[in-house]
Amino acid sequence: MSGSRIFWFLASLAVAAGFIVLWQYVADARLISPAFLPGPNRAWAALVDGMIHRDLTDQLISTVMRMIYGWLLASTLGIAVGALIGISPTARAYLLPTLEMIRPLPASAIIPVSIAFFGLSERMVLAVIAFGALWPMLLATVHGFAAVEPRLYEVARALGLSRWDVIRKIALPSAMPDILAGMRIGLTIALILAVVGEMLTSTEGLGQWVLFAGRSFRASDLFAGVILLGAVGYVSATLLGAAERYLLRWRISH
Amino acid sequence: MTGRIWWRIDWRGAAVPIGFLVIAQLAALNGDLQSDNLAAPSDVAVACWHAIIDGTLFRRTLETLASALGGLALGGSIGLFSGILFGLFQTVDRLMNVTVEAVRPIPSAAVIPVFLLIFGFGFPMEVLIVAFSVTWTMLILTRAAVAGIETRLLEVSRALGFGFGARVYKIILPAALPRIFVAFRLTVAIALIVAVTVEVAANPQGLGYTIMLAEQTLRPDLMFAVLAWIGLIGWALNAVLLWTQRRLFGMAAIDEPAP
Repeated sequence: MSGSRIFWFLASLAVAAGFIVLWQYVADARLISPAFLPGPNRAWAALVDGMIHRDLTDQLISTVMRMIYGWLLASTLGIAVGALIGISPTARAYLLPTLEMIRPLPASAIIPVSIAFFGLSERMVLAVIAFGALWPMLLATVHGFAAVEPRLYEVARALGLSRWDVIRKIALPSAMPDILAGMRIGLTIALILAVVGEMLTSTEGLGQWVLFAGRSFRASDLFAGVILLGAVGYVSATLLGAAERYLLRWRISH
Repeated sequence: MTGRIWWRIDWRGAAVPIGFLVIAQLAALNGDLQSDNLAAPSDVAVACWHAIIDGTLFRRTLETLASALGGLALGGSIGLFSGILFGLFQTVDRLMNVTVEAVRPIPSAAVIPVFLLIFGFGFPMEVLIVAFSVTWTMLILTRAAVAGIETRLLEVSRALGFGFGARVYKIILPAALPRIFVAFRLTVAIALIVAVTVEVAANPQGLGYTIMLAEQTLRPDLMFAVLAWIGLIGWALNAVLLWTQRRLFGMAAIDEPAP
């Protein structure tokens, strides 16, 4: 079983390598102008050079930190407020329609509003990330709490659990799968908004790096930045996926 | 019919937004609001009305929707086609695994400078960025929908001696359609979000640019009017598609959590 999995992984790795060779060929044959499309060799060279000799590593770190801070802020807010609303049917009846109405609003539309309040600053970017990444977690928590088996609440009442204990011991674990799925979507949104925020505010980060590289026609630097951003997206999603499997290992798998 | 729906609506849900608007209006009237970043709800309504009257709001909306739907048509059909292919032929799916997983996590915002460099400002760049962002979600959800088809249906189609085309049209598409429609609804939302993001970040057209311009020219009334308008469009699109989905497919199209 695992032998065939390794085989298929290697085979699909070979296909991916084939695409990179094709990319190299297209670039070398100048089918697309090298001003737009550098070969993988030039993109890789720019990536290595940027990490060693220039400040690409610093840009990477500040984007990752910005993404994580904003995402943690959004997760904390989303889960806390979601728990408060979700635990009470009255609060749900008053607040949920409003929340559901704000949810489809594209988070980037908030950027101008945030600029009006905070200026082109670090705080503006964090506010936008926190607002944009908040919704999946907030609504997942509210719905997760609402979907808890009613008998569990009855058990809690019979045991005389306090409201805090009900949240911590019953509602939160039961809503956990929804919340974790929301956190995964939230992380993707946080990365996108961090990049957009850096582009607009010209603060240090990969967003600013790719935008400036593109504006000054340094295509290989641009591709190096895009590759790094893809890597950030991949690594963060993989780590969170592993954490999710670990945290939900108690669930009966189907 | 309408009378029956009237009293069924839970008015508690409306209390919060209405209360917020009333309090904001009273506060603005009392404090004699003169601000670069806040506006009274009445001023926002007036700004919205003016933007509707002089046609800018509709023109900008059309620009945004054209980019979003153009990108959705392009990326959605690529994603749909490859999703069906991947779902039907496990070999293709396994062979493309590393490639898809390597390109998919690239955040849509990161490709803005790439397409900006190649195409400059305008529709093509925005359409292609939307297409790039939409393709992967469509691919993955379609693949799951096709892979989830009852295997006996495929056996029947084989027993009936269907060719590949007939198999796709008569068995696979109808069987996977409810979940493909769910994928379509989700990608419509993504397309709108990405289009507005591209306009806010770079492209001088559409609603995203309008709201950015309103902020820069210190017009908080117009800024909040466009913000509310964008929210209304996103909400209405979702509501219409959700209604259609329930109407057409009922329980067959239960939302799957996004992968």
